[in-house]
Amino acid sequence: MSRLQLDKIHISFGAAHIVNGVSLQLEQGEIGCLLGPSGCGKTTLLRAIAGFQSLQVGSISIDNNTVSESNKTVPPEQRGVGMVFQDFALFPHLNVADNISFGMRKASSTERRKRVDELLDRIGLPGYHKRFPHELSGGQQQRIALARALAPKPGLLLLDEPFSSLDAELRERLAVEVRELLKNEGITALLVTHDQQEAFAMADKAGVMYQGELLQWDTPYQLYHQPRHQLVADFIGHGVLLQGTVNTQGSLASPLGMLEHPSLMQVAGGTPVSFLVRPDDIVPDPESRLRGKIKARGFRGAHNLYTVQLSSGIELLTLSPSHEVLDVGADIGLRAEFDHLVVFAADHCELPGFHEQAPTVQPLPSVLPKSQSA
Amino acid sequence: MGFNLWRQFTLVLTAVVIGVPLLVICWSVLQLLGGGDTSTLTHLWATVVPEYIRNSVLLLLGVAAGVISIGVSTAWLTTACRFPGQRFLSWALLLPLAMPAYITAYTYTGMLDFAGPVQSTLRDWFGWGYGDYWFPQVRSLSGAILVLSLVLFPYVYLITRATFIQQSATTLEAGRSLGLNPWQCFLRLALPLARPAIVTGTTLALMETLADYGTVQYFGVTTFTTGIFRTWYGLGDLQGALQLAGMLLVAVILLIFIERWSRSQARYDQRSNRPAPPFQLTGWKAIAASIACWLPLVFGFLLPALQLASWSLERREVWADSAFWQLTFNSFGLAVLAAVLVVIMALWLAYGRRQLPTRIVRTSVAFAGLGYAIPGLVIAVGLMVFLTTLDHGIIALSKAWFDYNPGLLLSGTLFALLFAYSVRFLSVSLQTINAGLGEIRPSMDEAARIQGYSPLQVLRKIHLPLLRPSVLTALILVGVDVLKELPATLVLRPFDFNTLAVRAYEMAGDERLPDAGPPALMMVLVGLIPVILLSRAMLKSQQSALKEQEFVPVTA
Repeated sequence: MSRLQLDKIHISFGAAHIVNGVSLQLEQGEIGCLLGPSGCGKTTLLRAIAGFQSLQVGSISIDNNTVSESNKTVPPEQRGVGMVFQDFALFPHLNVADNISFGMRKASSTERRKRVDELLDRIGLPGYHKRFPHELSGGQQQRIALARALAPKPGLLLLDEPFSSLDAELRERLAVEVRELLKNEGITALLVTHDQQEAFAMADKAGVMYQGELLQWDTPYQLYHQPRHQLVADFIGHGVLLQGTVNTQGSLASPLGMLEHPSLMQVAGGTPVSFLVRPDDIVPDPESRLRGKIKARGFRGAHNLYTVQLSSGIELLTLSPSHEVLDVGADIGLRAEFDHLVVFAADHCELPGFHEQAPTVQPLPSVLPKSQSA
Repeated sequence: MGFNLWRQFTLVLTAVVIGVPLLVICWSVLQLLGGGDTSTLTHLWATVVPEYIRNSVLLLLGVAAGVISIGVSTAWLTTACRFPGQRFLSWALLLPLAMPAYITAYTYTGMLDFAGPVQSTLRDWFGWGYGDYWFPQVRSLSGAILVLSLVLFPYVYLITRATFIQQSATTLEAGRSLGLNPWQCFLRLALPLARPAIVTGTTLALMETLADYGTVQYFGVTTFTTGIFRTWYGLGDLQGALQLAGMLLVAVILLIFIERWSRSQARYDQRSNRPAPPFQLTGWKAIAASIACWLPLVFGFLLPALQLASWSLERREVWADSAFWQLTFNSFGLAVLAAVLVVIMALWLAYGRRQLPTRIVRTSVAFAGLGYAIPGLVIAVGLMVFLTTLDHGIIALSKAWFDYNPGLLLSGTLFALLFAYSVRFLSVSLQTINAGLGEIRPSMDEAARIQGYSPLQVLRKIHLPLLRPSVLTALILVGVDVLKELPATLVLRPFDFNTLAVRAYEMAGDERLPDAGPPALMMVLVGLIPVILLSRAMLKSQQSALKEQEFVPVTA
């Protein structure tokens, strides 16, 4: 039984279509995440699930009860949904304990006290009952906001950019902590963010939204390794999109050489395609004939991320362990080592059949088509 | 949906009703331009208007110079410098706001005229007699400029001070690292950055100057307000009064535009809120700064207050007089009534704007908030024309139907007075309540809704407790303003109904200055309440700025 189901939702403000035919589903206890640049409609979608926004077409069901349809919007207070707001929205006239128990209206005072104690323990702020919101730091306020949303044990929790007002270090630590808390409580949650690290740290399922459309709804692993759309590849992780042309023999002429893969046989000869090259698809190899010059080095802790420019002007990304330092400007040999291929047609959608098998690569110095960096 | 439409309608209607006095004046001006009877106007132009314009312009220029020089210098000294008494002075400099200008005018006349303590002492010392010496005449244009400057400079002080506090340390530190001394920092950085605030504060003071009737009337300076009063009451020429009010309105609107423009010029993009380290003044500099800040306080508040206190002691039998307490009761009752009415209206408008932010509602609410800039006398004239017309209509109808004359139901009762106060003071309460409502972010409403509270419960559980301080503040501000308002009360009060302000005015007009003391002192004491509120708010905002400093890593 799915906890949350969205069915082909359309939301528009006047002539502007904010959300366009979005469908997704979350099972009991799953944490979902909507990713996307600002203005893509993800927050509007979240507010529609909460009941603050009515929709034109489609339906939203929570626990198989339809709560939103084109002509019906169950008011937010009757949905049994919890929400954590971007600005936390703690009530400044109430102390921490009263804030947390605010939603437990039907509970007795002993129950409330127990739940507040329990939650304060879980979020690591025991004894903060009598403090007021303005006396707390941003991270503490965020945790109180979360505890307040969790206190009435909602069937579904919505989080609107919950970490965006915190600094980067705190953000990642809290994301892991919050995931643990939600898993312990067995809460189904949907999170909205523009930060993919946050999404990867939190989510079981994630999706990328762009201009009101949900491009893909999958596990974070699949979003990274098997993006279904060029924009998803663009938004998630580092990588470069290279252009190539499929020739009549079913191989792909690319800046890296000739790529061969059984599925290329299905593609008509002469079709221009682009394919995704992640930094981990390219390994440094001094023996390789594919050579380039290091343009930039970015320290990433365990690894260095190098930007390498091939003689044709095309740039690639590659990783190497951070103790093997190569200097900017040095010559480097590269070898493609694909686990699988991700190939997009001219309409930016992925071509099927390339996930199953690794391609073979034959480097050959030839006239190279142009690249597009991603 | 039907309810929302009805609500929008009431919001627009409120704005239109509040705008009636303005609309009446605009309409009469338009009628005149459209070929009406211009003989009155021609006559006024030929006789008094040039004098009104000359006096008003001189008054405005003088007061502008006065409030800017006093307000800006005290604001800079109390924010950027540390000297003995600086903390006390920084809030005490707001005290002159508690003095109605006309009351200050009475006290200085009492102190400085021929029979007053200053001239008497001089005569005793030097053995002069009448006509042996020259002494500046208080009751003159320059006297009015001085009095108004001393009372109104806190507007400039308050607003400029807020900007000086906001000015980030880095700007001034950059200035000093480039070799500017404190004085140059002030002239070349702080002052230009604060220019929009100075203009805003000055225009507010000038609006008060244009609205002033008590001071200029007492000092015999003929301006538009005294002109309106004389044309209307002295000559019984309502049309002429309307036309003069129209001219005054043009000047006020001009000031509103200047103020709006200067606000739009203000850019608060100084990111760091760390206040600049103050300059420690020592020796003669500290003494000079101290004196510079004490002077306006002494002359703007302490001396007049002392004079009032001494008059009140001289006439102590008044305090046991039941007529005086009846007067006080009238004043306070009226103030409370008007404050409650105005705050309820402001709440209705503010919530309307928050929940139905359509263009027409926003425009209506903004229009309803214009009143504070309009002089009370102008409102009174416009309102009187409208209400008497209405009254005559009612009387005619009632006579035709019931053969009964109900009298002046609207223009002759407290209704007219409450109406005028609503027009004039709605914006004060609207601003206060809007500010309070702004603190309640929409996400707080949503957070409560999603936790199972219905809209009405949200209002009770979240809005009521959070909005209570703003509502109280609005009640106090409006109440005290009503208490001090002279011209509108003078013109619109029902027959035989007196208030403290009117009483003080009448006593002063009868050359019985000491008798004006007790009612004036009463007004000043009540007027202290909002000033204390204001100074507390000011110090609080300053403290929170200081608190933030702790979180900023010090890189020194």
